[in-house]
Formats: sequence, structure tokens, C-alpha cells
Amino acid sequence: MRVRRLAAWTALPLAVTLGLAACGSGGDGGSGGSDSSAVSIQIGEPKHLVPTNTTETSGSQVLAGLFSPLVDYDAQNKPYEVAAESITSSDNKVWTIKLKDGFTFHNGEKVTSEDYINAWNYGAYAPNGQDSNYFFEKIAGYTDLQGEKPKAKELSGLKKVDDLTFTVTLAEPYIDFRTMLGYNAFYPMPDAAFSAPGVLKDSYEQAPIGQGPFKMKGAWQHDSKIDIERYDAYPGEKPKVQNIEFRIYQQLTAAYADVLADNLDVLPTIPTESLSTAPTDLGDRFKTSPMSSFQFLAFPTFDKDYSNPDVRKAISMAIDRDEITKSVFKDSQQPARSFVSPVLPGYRDNTAGKAGEFNPTEAKKLYQAAGGPAKIVISYNGDGGHKDWVDATVNQLKANLGVDAVGVAEPKFADLLTKVEKKTPVGAFRMGWVMDYPTMEDYLGPLYSTNGSSNYYGYSNPEFDRLVKEGSAAKTQDEAIAKYQQAEDILAKDMPVIPLRFGENVFGHSSKVKNVEMDLFQRVNLVKIEAAS
Amino acid sequence: MFRYILRRLLQMVLAFFGTTLIVYALMFAGQGDPIQALAGERPVTEAQRAYLTEKYHLDATGVGGFFYRYFDYVRSLLQGDLGQSLTGRQIGDILQAAWPVTLKLALIALAVAIIFGVTAGVVAGIRRASIFDNSTLVLTLLVLGIPTIVLAPLAQYLLGVKWQLFPPTAGSQPTFYALLLPGIVLGSLSLATALRLTRTSVAENLRADYVRTARSKGLVKRRIVTVHVLRNSLIPVVTFLGVELGNLMSGAIITEGVFNIPGVGFNLFRGIRTEDGPLVVGIVSVLVVVYLVSNLVVDVLYAVLDPRIRYE
Repeated sequence: MRVRRLAAWTALPLAVTLGLAACGSGGDGGSGGSDSSAVSIQIGEPKHLVPTNTTETSGSQVLAGLFSPLVDYDAQNKPYEVAAESITSSDNKVWTIKLKDGFTFHNGEKVTSEDYINAWNYGAYAPNGQDSNYFFEKIAGYTDLQGEKPKAKELSGLKKVDDLTFTVTLAEPYIDFRTMLGYNAFYPMPDAAFSAPGVLKDSYEQAPIGQGPFKMKGAWQHDSKIDIERYDAYPGEKPKVQNIEFRIYQQLTAAYADVLADNLDVLPTIPTESLSTAPTDLGDRFKTSPMSSFQFLAFPTFDKDYSNPDVRKAISMAIDRDEITKSVFKDSQQPARSFVSPVLPGYRDNTAGKAGEFNPTEAKKLYQAAGGPAKIVISYNGDGGHKDWVDATVNQLKANLGVDAVGVAEPKFADLLTKVEKKTPVGAFRMGWVMDYPTMEDYLGPLYSTNGSSNYYGYSNPEFDRLVKEGSAAKTQDEAIAKYQQAEDILAKDMPVIPLRFGENVFGHSSKVKNVEMDLFQRVNLVKIEAAS
Repeated sequence: MFRYILRRLLQMVLAFFGTTLIVYALMFAGQGDPIQALAGERPVTEAQRAYLTEKYHLDATGVGGFFYRYFDYVRSLLQGDLGQSLTGRQIGDILQAAWPVTLKLALIALAVAIIFGVTAGVVAGIRRASIFDNSTLVLTLLVLGIPTIVLAPLAQYLLGVKWQLFPPTAGSQPTFYALLLPGIVLGSLSLATALRLTRTSVAENLRADYVRTARSKGLVKRRIVTVHVLRNSLIPVVTFLGVELGNLMSGAIITEGVFNIPGVGFNLFRGIRTEDGPLVVGIVSVLVVVYLVSNLVVDVLYAVLDPRIRYE
């Protein structure tokens, strides 16, 4: 009896300790439920909230509220000035940026040209490890800031003229520089962000101070939410709502359930599982709008099986894109027959020409004449919901080309890229691209140039490289677009990749909000959104 | 007794370092390209790659590299520093935020399992072959047969969206009410097992000699069941529930995902998906402690329930 009682007295505290140890700091409780007056928008947990370190959609959505870009894009996706008064250049090499007067940071600091220069230098300095580092590579002096022990800490191409004016000297003339400035890597950062020149405070990211229409309300609550509220001293277009809550979700399906129950206001991406039921579930609150994503099938051009362009064209002609976008994607994506996105100035339909048309008989003839491989392999990453369309494509290839075809899943996209970089034969593989700013060069350069950052398939055509280069060095936009289009025509001849689909924003909102608009970058327009009633 | 607990605690230290070594080795061996995994489908720049490689010693490979990184990890662990995840957040902070909500969820699930599972099990055991017994058999088989990945979204859709009885998701600082539905879903599986275990055990003990003796002594049935039968029948159930507490904390990946609860399960899943070695090892280390302590509690509880069990 004595032993038992003792044991009971021992077990109890042990159990309690276990519970308490786990509770730790569970006490703060926070605000609990959501503020009913705030508009809630779904995001994922952002990786970072520093302008020069943010490249994914969730972070860029939050920053879009906190900062105001130098330029934004109009309905034709041409840039117009927002925080800048003017951005001019006579030779496209030396650019003069004049800032609008009256912009202040949320801590009251006046926005000056130095805030831009400091932020950009910080982003370009390699030891800071910023994700958007490469956006500054066109600016003169960039190479001096690279490597483990860079020679310089500041870009030699950035010069302050006065408090509201600075000049940017590029290494080479670049016609699209003004367009490029709409990207979030080019936001300014206040003096308060830095603890010493060139050293960012660790705490800055937890509550970024910007000069945009909204300011942080409290700090970033990781994995939970980010609250922002209207910044009344903002000189530009005033937002219609007072508070916005970015609610962090791990799974889109959970967010979708919340939108249906009016528990969440905006879901920027409807999960694939719910695409077939969403139009009836949401009625007129189910919406689509253009965006820039581009899905394609890449070929390792170093692989003998696929090195003949005719083989690639034949495969392209054997794929019925309309059927796949309809049956697999329920028309949430559009069939692609060009090499750049339709949202761009300079886009033309059907640049792939005959190779983009579905023509099984021609395809089979061409494939046999060109001596294509007896077995086609399509590799994809198994974690991205690609299985359905790859299977459909594989079946079409089997039926239309009379060859064996198989889809092979790699666990992650990183595994696929590792294999491709090591030149392991993976067959054809899926790739995707989302633009950073709306110019054709943002597709042609990274995807198809010999040294393109996303050119994993080894495509190289000196003529193409030359045309893209000439395009970006052109004197006028029209001239540039003409060159880019000539370059795209070369792609149609060489067919280094097969265009498959262009993406769309497929989004939904609750009955409590209206005027929900989304931009090309999958971001909700925070200034336009309004509470219903 | 004290010596027994002391010995167990010392064994726990050994077990703790053994498991972290194994988990660390597994993460190390299975690591592909964490930098690309972190970047998703975007190309990674050289600057970024060099920065992260240096920061997390990703260039230390092979056996030597492994021990270098493992001992580096253990050294900071002993100083109470769980290290930084690949996204740059302190793992200690992540766990501190994730832990309370997962614990609450697990306790609700456990309470559901105990209150409903054990009670129904006792009733079913006493009234063997009755309608109640048979219907609970069918129901538990049904619950055991439906995987959580189906049950959770179904419950969310019907109770959360369609009939709006519960909020569809819980979030990071949920009210008790918001956690109730996920807790019930999570606990339903343990409930079914606990019910089956209790029923069998009670049914068996009712036929035991000491029950017959008690009955012939003239004890009231109520006392026989609550004092004699229940105490003896609870031993297998307590074993099960003790282990289950560990399972509930680590294994709520699906439930936490469906109901948007940023707890331990979600962070573990994220760590594995993005090949975030430090995060996975950090979470698993803490889970190891949970398992070890809950096992110790179970063993000590045996002595309470069964006087024949003694620890020297």
C-alpha cells in the first residue's frame, strides 16, 4: 500500500511536468479570433519580408501593402510611375530617377534617394545572401560586390544627385530598366532598418517599415498571421479598407473551407481538388484573371535521343493541349502555343506555328522520319500535383506516335534539377516560369539564352543570344520588341522546349468583400478591395 | 522506487543521444539539395548558394563532415540552443510557438478517447453481446477503417462548412471550441482502440476468480465493477494511452494540416519537405523526450494499478 501511494505521488508530478514543459510560453493568447472589421487574405508563411530577400508570392503580397513601387503596370502591362516622378534616360545606360515629394516611411522619416541607394547596395552585396541579388547585376559595379570577400560595398553605378534625385548607371544599355523597377527588390528601406551602414537590423524583418499605403500593425506572427492597417499619411491612392489581415495557411484546402464558410475573405488560388466544384460553390465570387505563369516541357538537348528538332516538333504536334487543359485543368489554364506569356507587350499567338497544332498523323510521320526514340520518358516532381496531366500527355503520345511512353516522378523539383545538372538521362522534363516584370526579355533571357539562369536543358543558339542582346540594348521599345520577336521566331524553328499551358489567377472571395482584383504576380490589389455593403 | 526512477532517467539520457544521432544520420544521408528545395522552382543564384552553404556548413560531407556537424549540433544543444532552421528562424522559437497548440489538441483527443472510449468499453464489456456491444463494435470498426485523411476533411466539410456547427479551421491561437472538432477527429482512432481494449479486458476480468469471490462475499455490483474490475482492466489501456499521447503529438500531421493548426506535426512535415535537417532533428529530439517521459509515467502507473508490480 505504501509503495503504491508513493508511486502515485511520483507519477502525478511527472505527468504534470510533461504537460508544463510542453506548455512553455503558451500563455500569451494574443487576440484570439480575427478582427471582424479586417479583410482577411490567405497567404503561405513568407520566407522573408525584406524587399531584397523576397521572391515568393506570399512575401511579395505582404510587401505590396507595405511599400509603394517606383513603377506599376497599367491594363496593357506597360509601366507608369508611382513613387517616382520620372524615370528617364537618353541612352538607356544612365538613368535619372526623380522621386515624388511627400512620401514618408511609416516611422515618419522622409523618403530620400539615399534610402533607395542604401537598400539596393544591401541587396547587391553578396555576403548578405539576398535572394534578389541578381536583380542588381545590370547596374555598373555589380561584379565588385560579388564573391566571398567583395572588393566594394557599394554599387559604383548609384549616385545621389539631391534628396529626391539619383542616377543609375548600367553596365550596358538596357531598354527595359524602367519596367524592371516595378519588382519588389527595388523598394527603398529607411535608415531605421539599418543598425550600421550596410547592416540590416535582425528585427526589421519582423515588422518592416515601408512607405506604402499600409503599415504593420504589431509584428509578424509566424505561421499565424500578419496584420496591417491603413497609413494615413500615404500621398498616393488611398485604400478603401482600414485593416487587412494576411492569414497564414499551410494548406489551400483548409483556406477554401474557410472561404465557403465566410470565415476568410480572399483566397488567391483555388486548390486543384476543388476546381470542379468551385464555380457552383462560390457562384459569381469565383473569378479568373490573367497572370504570367508558363508551363512547358523541356528537352535535354545534349541527349542524342532528343537532339533533333524534328523529334521535339513531332512530340509537340502529338499533344492535344486543348483536351488536357479542359479535362485535367477544367479550363483554369490556357493552352500555350508561343514561347512567352500572353500578358506581355509583344506577345503573338501561335508563334510555334505548325508545331503547336495538334496533328497526330503528321506527328507520327515526322517522328518516324526523324528517328525519334522508341520510348519517351517525361520526368516531373511528384510533390506539385503534376501527375494527372503528365499521365494524360503520356497516353496521348502512346496513342498518337505509336511509341512507348512513361511518366517518372522525382520526389522534389530539386531532385529533378540535380539529375538534369548531372546530365543523368531523365528524358523530357516539366518546367515552369513566372515573370518578375512584364517584358519579353524576362522570358527569353533566363529560359533560352545560353547562360540563362533557368536554362537547365543546355539550349544554345548564338544567333538567338545576339538578337536578345540587341533587343535589350535597343533605342526604343518598338525596336526592342521587334528584335525579341525575331528571337522568338528562332525558338519556333529550334523548338528547344514545348510550350504547354499559360496559367491564370483562379481565385475566390467571401460574400463580405467586393472589388477583388488580382495582378499578374498573383497578388490581390489591396488598394481596390472593399468591404461589401 | 526512487532508485528505479533515477535509473530510468539515466537511461533516458543515453536513449536521447542515441536517437538524435540516428535521426541526424538519417537526415544527413537523405539530404539532396536543401538550398534548391528551399527555393522551390526558382533558380538559385551563386551568391545565395555560397551564403547558405557557408552558414550551415553544407559543404562538410562524408563521415568526417557528418561527425563535425553532429558534434557541432550537440554542443549548441547542450547550451540550450536548438540552432536555426534553413529559413533563418530560431528552432527554439518555432517549437515554442508550435508546442502549446499541439499539446492542447493532443489533450483534447486523449480526453475524448478516455471519456468516451473507456466508458463505452466498460459498458460494452459488462453487457456483452447486447445491442450496445454490437453497435459499438460496428462503429469502432468503421472508424478504424476510415483513414484520418478522409475523416478529417469530411468532418470539416459537413460540420464546419455545410452545417456550420464548428469553425472550419482553428488557426494558431484557437479557442477551446475551435479545437474541439480537430480534437475529436484526432481522438477518434484512439477512442476506437481504447474502447476495444477496455471491453475485452473488462469482459475477461468479469469472469475471473476474484470477481466471483467478491460476488459471493456479497459486495454490490457497482463496487465490484468500479473498484476491482476496472482497476485491473485498465493496465493494458493505460499502456496504450501512454504511448498514444506521444503518437498524438507527433502524428497529427494530417489533422493539423486540414484544420490549419500550425503545430508540431505541421512543422515536422515542412522540415521534411524542405530538407530542413536542423528543424527535423530539433523537433524529433523533443518528441523523443515526450515518448521517454510518457513511458516512464506509464510504468510508474502500473505500480499504482497493480500492487503485485514492484520496482526495486
